[in-house]
Amino acid sequence: MSRPIPPLPRDMRDTILPGHPACHGCPIPMALKTIEAALGKKLILVIPACCTSIVVGPWPGCAINASVVHVAFASAASVASGIVEGLRKRGIEDVHVVAWAGDGGTADIGMASLSGAAERNHNMIYIMYDNEAYMNTGIQRSSSTPSGAWTTTTPLGKREPKKDVARIMIAHGVPYVATASVGYLHDLYNKLKKAARIPGFKFIQVHAPCPTGWRFDPSKTVEVAKLAVETGLWILYEYRDGRITLSPPSRPYIDKSKRKPIIEYLRMQGRFKGVSEEDVRVIEEYVERTWDWIRKYM
Amino acid sequence: MGKVVLEVVPTKHKLPLAKPVVGVVGKTGSWRWMKPVVDQGKCVKCFQCEIYCPDNCIHVDPEKGAFIDYDYCKGCGLCASVCPVKAVSMVRESGGG
Amino acid sequence: MPKLVLTGNYTVALAAKMARVQVVAAYPITPQTSIVEKLAEYVDKGELDAEMIRVESEHSALAATFGAAIAGARAFTATSSHGLLYMHEWVHWTSHARIPVVMAIVTRTIAAPWNIWSDHTDFLGQRDTGWILCFAMDNQELFDLTIQAFKISEDPRVYLPSMIGLDAFILSHTAMPVEVPDQKLVDEWLGSRRQPYAIDGLQPLALGSLAWPEDTEEFFMGIQEAMEVAKKVIREVDESYGRVFGRSYGGLVECYRCSDAKYHVVSMGAWSGDIMEAIDMLRDEGYPVGLMRIRFIRPFPDREVYSILGSSRGVIVFDRAISFGSLGPIYLDIAGNMLKYTQKLPYMRNIVAGIGGVNVTYEDFIKLIKDTIDSLEKGVEPPTYTWYHKR
Repeated sequence: MSRPIPPLPRDMRDTILPGHPACHGCPIPMALKTIEAALGKKLILVIPACCTSIVVGPWPGCAINASVVHVAFASAASVASGIVEGLRKRGIEDVHVVAWAGDGGTADIGMASLSGAAERNHNMIYIMYDNEAYMNTGIQRSSSTPSGAWTTTTPLGKREPKKDVARIMIAHGVPYVATASVGYLHDLYNKLKKAARIPGFKFIQVHAPCPTGWRFDPSKTVEVAKLAVETGLWILYEYRDGRITLSPPSRPYIDKSKRKPIIEYLRMQGRFKGVSEEDVRVIEEYVERTWDWIRKYM
Repeated sequence: MGKVVLEVVPTKHKLPLAKPVVGVVGKTGSWRWMKPVVDQGKCVKCFQCEIYCPDNCIHVDPEKGAFIDYDYCKGCGLCASVCPVKAVSMVRESGGG
Repeated sequence: MPKLVLTGNYTVALAAKMARVQVVAAYPITPQTSIVEKLAEYVDKGELDAEMIRVESEHSALAATFGAAIAGARAFTATSSHGLLYMHEWVHWTSHARIPVVMAIVTRTIAAPWNIWSDHTDFLGQRDTGWILCFAMDNQELFDLTIQAFKISEDPRVYLPSMIGLDAFILSHTAMPVEVPDQKLVDEWLGSRRQPYAIDGLQPLALGSLAWPEDTEEFFMGIQEAMEVAKKVIREVDESYGRVFGRSYGGLVECYRCSDAKYHVVSMGAWSGDIMEAIDMLRDEGYPVGLMRIRFIRPFPDREVYSILGSSRGVIVFDRAISFGSLGPIYLDIAGNMLKYTQKLPYMRNIVAGIGGVNVTYEDFIKLIKDTIDSLEKGVEPPTYTWYHKR
């Protein structure tokens, strides 16, 4: 008697189709597989300019077995808003509309349209996959790049701290905000399932370590993602009804003493090669401040 | 009459519309310089490799083990990295790759 | 049919309502604002069954309108000037996607400096985008064009979005009598919404993926072909509208006393009405002049332009826009398109005026046309380009 296959990976089959041009070890298809597994094939992905615009491959083929609407860089949230309302007017209620955008298209050029869609509370899931730079154009800094990181436009390391977009979404008071990571795809899957059942605007920020842009071996994407959580630097949580709930993988790390040293995480990545002790201290303080405000919402 | 009825009527013009296809940029197996090899004896059929494979080219049969589609496997090594029992080894790709 | 006294903006809103638009995503900007306000009122009162997306910018306005349209809804928006410039990348995207959408443009001068009055620079700045571009002279035509725009854009031989221009304040905020047809007649005449595809989850489709140069060029050549066929569709629609609703304008251009004219004037927009008055007065003085009024600037009415102006003794093209460093856009279009038919062009004069909203009256037109014709009759060609400025 054959053992049944669990939803992951069973429902990931025939979602991302092999033979796409993503880099070795790219976190994007990992997350996309999970999204389609959780939400099903009646799915419309609204994708602004980003790596995924290329990962899906050139016309006339597409490497995702779902609908894709490519849009201008700033517009993922606004086109998704229009699609949601258009479908609603047509009486179509069983299709998931997901805006899938990078940190550039969300935190920078897409910030206004994100804020607008969130404030209007359209029924969609907005997923910001965060590889912490404009990767598609060759690794330039975004506001989501952490301080100390090398990018082509911050060769000596970014000075400013990482913009916390999930926190901005919490400030908008949307029905559901979550952080996730490609290192924990079951956790992401659960969050997507939950978001799908909540009406209104949902936001999920997925940490997506990029081997090409962060400079680490492509086999280590999951390891780097997990280390981000294990050092307390990337915090997995959900926000709903005014409260934050830590997700199981992050729960131990509310205790500072349980966290692995941040330097371990930084050492894995070539983009942090030039960090000074001062830079590390700044990052540690940033992490501490983030835990502080999360505690206030718990 | 009181509601707009939608009719999808195709045009003869070429449109920028694409459809799902396997191998959208060809057989990406040619990207490999390292190749994952599964020791089916060690494999515990936990599905981790299939879940994390970015190219969706590993299929785990709950009885038989993990099977890789080498036409598309890029040899990134994630399967070897996430395997909890080290059943996957990365070996150098033979030949002109 | 009842006649209502409506401002241009209310006319547009009423026409959009009667076309039963399903989604409106718009952002306020002077002097378009009352279009959006009126539509919001219709929706809240239950007179219009539409979703209003109160977007946070014009860039998002057209993005959301596009989204609703590809999902299969009849979608509409309106803007002016900076709003139009802000959404400009979406203007290209929408026509490239071959998705029918209708948008009203209340033409307003572009900054710097801030200026809320009318000129056509914003509208004519869209002429390369692949949208059907038409312009109203009065509120009745504005109503008719708005309804017709849905029929033209949603025709499978066209599948290109439409923009309807109306002059800021001169039409938008000026009340005029508008004959309003019966809703049932409009429903019947417009029929179902047709579009080449819909992204609604029924089957996986990817719109806009990266395309190689040759494929891309083929997509764009399709747009150019559709523009050519659109000329025929526009004439058909104008005729059909005439039969059903009683008003026809002559197709892509309106010929006012130009069939027996020796000299011709070309214009677009509200000031064409003032030109018509000037022409009536000049005719009384014996000047054989007529007006070819451009209703559709895209697709460009090349055949009409050639047939009406080809053997003119002298043409004056009034442009309410300037392509800095060159000439007026309509003049350039006419000259270029005439060359498709003949290498021997008639004398053609470009007068740029009314920029920034400067008020050009029928008296100015009489003077300019008279001076031109008098000069030509004496065998002296006036300068081919003049910027007529008055304080």
